[in-house]
Formats: sequence, structure tokens, C-alpha cells
Amino acid sequence: MQRLNIVITGHVDHGKSTLIGRLLADTDSLPQGKLESVKKMCENNARPFEYAFLLDALADEQKQGITIDSARVFFQSKKREYIIIDAPGHIEFLKNMISGASRAEAALLLIDAKEGVAENSKRHGMLLSLLGIKQVAIVVNKMDLVNFSEIAFNKLKIEYSEYLATLGIKSDIFIPISAREGVNLIEHSASTPWYKGATVLEILDSFKSVEEKENDDFRMPLQDVYKFTRDNDDRRIYAGTVTSGELNVGDEVVFYPSLKRSKVASIESFNTEVKTSVKESEAIGFTLETQIYVRNGDVVARADQSAPRVSNRFEANLFWLGAKPLELDKPYKIKIGSAQSTIYLEEIKRVIDGDTLDRADEPSVGRHEAACVIFRVHDLLAMELFAENQKLGRFVIVDEFDIAGGGIITEVLEQYTTRRTKAINVNNVLVDKASTSAEFEEELFALLRKHFPHQFH
Amino acid sequence: MDHLDRLEAQSIYILREAYRSFPNLAMLWSIGKDSTVLLWLTRKAFFGHVPYPLVHIDTAFKIPEMIRYRDEIAIQWDLNLVVGQNKEALAKGETFVNGLDRLSCCKKLKSDALKYTLDGTWARRKWNPYKKIWEDELNGAPYTGVIVGVRADEEGSRSKERVFSARDEKSEWDASTQPPELWNQYKTDFAPGTHVRIHPLLEWTELNIWEYIERENIPIINLYFNQGNGKRYRSLGCFPCTAPVDSVATTPKEIIEELTSGKFKDIAERSGRAQDKDGGGTLEALRKEGYM
Repeated sequence: MQRLNIVITGHVDHGKSTLIGRLLADTDSLPQGKLESVKKMCENNARPFEYAFLLDALADEQKQGITIDSARVFFQSKKREYIIIDAPGHIEFLKNMISGASRAEAALLLIDAKEGVAENSKRHGMLLSLLGIKQVAIVVNKMDLVNFSEIAFNKLKIEYSEYLATLGIKSDIFIPISAREGVNLIEHSASTPWYKGATVLEILDSFKSVEEKENDDFRMPLQDVYKFTRDNDDRRIYAGTVTSGELNVGDEVVFYPSLKRSKVASIESFNTEVKTSVKESEAIGFTLETQIYVRNGDVVARADQSAPRVSNRFEANLFWLGAKPLELDKPYKIKIGSAQSTIYLEEIKRVIDGDTLDRADEPSVGRHEAACVIFRVHDLLAMELFAENQKLGRFVIVDEFDIAGGGIITEVLEQYTTRRTKAINVNNVLVDKASTSAEFEEELFALLRKHFPHQFH
Repeated sequence: MDHLDRLEAQSIYILREAYRSFPNLAMLWSIGKDSTVLLWLTRKAFFGHVPYPLVHIDTAFKIPEMIRYRDEIAIQWDLNLVVGQNKEALAKGETFVNGLDRLSCCKKLKSDALKYTLDGTWARRKWNPYKKIWEDELNGAPYTGVIVGVRADEEGSRSKERVFSARDEKSEWDASTQPPELWNQYKTDFAPGTHVRIHPLLEWTELNIWEYIERENIPIINLYFNQGNGKRYRSLGCFPCTAPVDSVATTPKEIIEELTSGKFKDIAERSGRAQDKDGGGTLEALRKEGYM
């Protein structure tokens, strides 16, 4: 059965966990006895039953009535299987919300009909657009608290649509619901006779599974090179996950930014028939006709297709989750595709807060802020624009040991020139290497792989 | 690609990230269906090889067939098998069958044994696939990365796990302070003293596991199938705490049938496990202290 990942976001207390709990209960997706046991637990603790308790599994969550970390909830409609990601709405757990939302292909954004658009309603809208989630439906919850008023609903719809438009998100899907009372979740309700649109379940089923087809040219970030000697295995296998396109035995491949090239000799796999071709999203491995030394993190492309962009400077939209602010000229680590390098913030073009009020001339980007910035990388990297290739156009920034921010590349800028980049001339040929040094490098590499298989990237 | 291809590709990607990020990597193998699928995915990821040791925690109360199956597969697939055990607790008789409560028994025979086997404090028994003998390893190096087959659909606290999940020096897990994990970029940088659980199967369901076992024809332990008495195990553990279920299923295909439209459609998988039922949130409490 086909599967779709959905995230449910929105401000704290706007009813995300309640919506999911109620959906599970009304579609008979709960294991036997679960509803009864949670009801009994509420009774024993002398407090009213809430559907959210079906979701908030951690002891602290139940005690405080708040979702702390995003949960993966499995659920099935007649059409397909879902993983619903229940993302926390509390600002303190924004990193958990983003962790959950980054796995999603579509989103429901909840707004409390009575409280109206809250700061996090806006922030979450902005983050969904930065994460590249294009399918968003706005669910207006707690309609029972505004007497199921069409006027209140329309007012909120206009206000939030205007905000989304400033982010470049066009969503005309707004659903009035009451999660607690089950209004418009599975079936249309007599409480909202004026609402003719789809129910929440119908909206979920209408979302499309994201098959990225922006760039059909072959791309594979090189994750590792394997040479296992056990059982006299003499294959040197170039391994990674195909982010787009197709690769066939016999194709000439180019590694970027090193520009080394060779032909695919074989496609390797275990417990399958012999493969001669592999496609997007497959975790693959291939051998080459000539033994070349390349680094993890290089991007593999086909010689007969377009090349990825190569640079050490780019402009990006970024959100920051680190406890310490993102600062100019401080070394951070960037992870993009399977590459890692040192990166410096060169310029903050503007800082955007939840209400899209620009805050210019700031020396740093603070926690929970988004910004448009320019980065300079220590090494040349292969990259893409997010708009053209999502997977190679997004990156994370590591501060000390944690992922502290994430972003998408909006423009690849001219290289900051160093001696290193001069080794590559305009014809895309590496000019600084003699064949003897290539052989030496090859032998050295073999020795290092053999004795320090993990240390050597 | 169908949904199993996608799950497979995602898990392989995670296994390869783990392999390139941790110099001292190991995988926990409980002999059950999930970790055996994980072992199979490892062979897929590394083209027939299993390039890290497999750690099995032997509580001495495992169903005997499990140990036989483990040793057979280890020989057949040329595995580097490491076995850990809480010998002291067993010698002193500090176990459930001798009157200890279930959770304390789990803590001693599983959590503590796991912790001190992983960090090298206790001797590890290692199968030497070249000499075909068991050897004792004293003062082994700690495993800093440990691949584990937990699934998000099993239980509430597991539904909130990260793919790369850090544990501190005391092996403790703090669910409220988990670091961000974005797209397929996982946390692979760690302070000294941290050890990390890697969870490549988080997005698999029990049904997906059986569909995959059937598709790949994975030689799974036969305790999962009707034992000739109309009973089979749905989940494997220690025999004093794990009960078989009534079922006549003899193949993965029949188990899939039971899970999709048959008798186990809405019955939780771990319903045969007694230790999950001793009060609310107990698995979370165990997991905070290092249980899987």
C-alpha cells in the first residue's frame, strides 16, 4: 500500500494531538483496548478524558498536557497508509517541530478559531515553506467555541491567506473543524451546513505523494567507497543514494568537484537479479572500469548530462535553532548531500521574524529566527538550487556537536578564489596531477582504507 | 519504487551513514524478526558483507531455539558475533524466576548486561569465524555507535525517537532534549563519552517487516510459525515473560493475512509481553535507563 508522510503543525494548545487522537479513534486505527485503557487512566487520575492522551506518550507530556517531541503515528485510510507526524507547537520545542516536519510531504496547519492567528501559526507557515513543503491545508479548529460561525471562519481565512501570500504559499484549502467533537474530520457535519469543502480525511487522501521530477539528470552524492577483502572480494564499490535520474552500466560518470571520470563497469546488489540500471531514490553501488580515488561527498553525475553547480559561495534562506546565535566569520560545519566542510557566515542580508518584519543590520541570527544570508565554504562543493533539485539544494549547519540550523540554497555565487580552486581550468580538467602521483595516491588510499577503514573519508 | 523499496533504501542509507560515522560500531541482534531484517538490510547495504560485530544479550532465559538459530546463522553468514551476559546476577539468582519483580529482572539481565557489554566493562564472548571457536574478550573497546531495530509503531516512547539518538555517559535518554534531525541529515557529531543508538527501522511497521521477510525470503526463526500445537510467537523475548499467541500461521504470507484482515488486525504486537503491563509508562522508564 502506498504511504504518505503528513505533519500536523500549529501553535501550542490549538489542538494538534486532539485532532490526531480523534482521527485514530474515528477510523478504528487504534489497537484494541487502547481507548478504554486511556479513559480508565483519566478516571483513576480524576481528570477529563482527552483524545490528545492517545498521542502524548511520554510521562511528562501527560503530566503537563503538552506535546514535547514529535511522534510518528501510523494510520490507514481506505486509499493509503499514513505516517502522521504530531509536531509540538510550543516555541521551546521548535527544533522538534522542524525535525518532524522535515520528514513530511504535506502538512496540516491548525489554527484555533477563537484565539486566532498566533505567532507560531505564522512561524510554522514560514518554516513549512523553507522546508519545501508545498501541499498545505489550513485547519481551523475549535469552531464549537465560536458557535460554528461562518463569519468568524471567513475572517480568519482572509487574514491567514494574506500572510501565506507574502511567503509565496498559495493555499486555498481551509477546513472548519472541531477536533474534540469530531466535526468535519471524517464526515460533513450538520453544525457547519455552510461548509461545502472536503473533510480532513478527504484532504489527506487528496494530497499527492511527492515524486521529485524537477531535475531528471543523474545525481548521486557519494556516501562511501567500499573495499571489503573478506572472501577474496576484490570489488571496489562506489555507494550512495540516487537523488535524481538514472544510471546504466556503460555510462560515463564524472565526480564533482574533483572532476575525475570513468565508466560504470557493473551495478552491484545483494539478493537481486543482476542489475544494469538504477533509478532515483535507490540506495545503490557500482564499480568503475578504472580505479580512481574520489572523496565521500563528491556528487556523481553522468558525462552526457548537465553538471551540478560547483562553488564555495552561495546565498540561502536559513532557520536557526542553535542555543547560541549564528555569527559572522565563526567556523561551522556544513552538511550537504553527503559532503561535509567548514563554512563561514559572510553576510546577513536580512533577518526575518515570524511576522516577516525585516530586521536589518544585525550581527547575528538568533535562536528561532530565519534569515537570508551568504555563506562561504572552505572547500569547493557541488550543489544545486533548491528550486531545481530539493535534495542537493538544502543543507544543515552543525555548531559544536548539534545540527543548529538548516537552509535552502537560493543562489550559487561566484567562487571566492584560492590557490586550490585555480587547479581547475576552464575546460573542467584537473591540471595539477601527473599520472605517477595519481598512482601513489591510489596506493596510499588503499593502505589507509585497509588499516583505518572508518577514519578515512 | 513500491513502499518496501523505499523503506529498504532509507534503511540502507542510514546503515551506511552509521558505518562511515562511527569507528566502533556494533549492531544489536536479538534474534527476533526486526533485528534479523536489520541484519539482512546490512548485507544489502554492504553487498553481502556484515562489516560490524553483532551483539546479542543472552539473559539465559531465552527460548533455547533462539540460541541454536543464532549460532547457525552466525556460521552460515560468517558473522562476527559478540555475546554479553549478567553473569553475577545469574550466579546470585537475582532473577524473576527466583522471585525478583519483572522490571528489576529486565534491568539486571537486559539493560545492565547491555550497558556493560557495550562499554567493555564486562567480558564479551566472541565467536571467531576463522577458528570457529568462542573466545573471551577482556577490556574490549566501548562501542560508541549501536544499531538497534526498534520501530516507532511498537510503543509510545519509541514513536518519538530520533534516527541517530544520543545517550549520555550513563546511557540515559532524555526525550525532551533531543537534537534536531533534518531531512536525511542526521546527527553524526558527538561529544566524547556519548554513545549513540542508530534506528534504521523507525518507520517500518510490523506488517512491513513481514511483507519484507516474505519478499526477500529471509530465513527467520521458526518460533514465529505454528509450532504444531496451534500456537506461535508474535514477539520473542525471555520465556518466563513472553507468551505465544493462538495462531495456525505457518508462513510469512499467512502472518501478513492475520495482520491485515485477520485476527491480529487491531491487537497490539507486544500484548504478549508481561513487562509492558506493570503500570503506566514502564517501558519509557526502562528505556530512559538504557533498555531498547
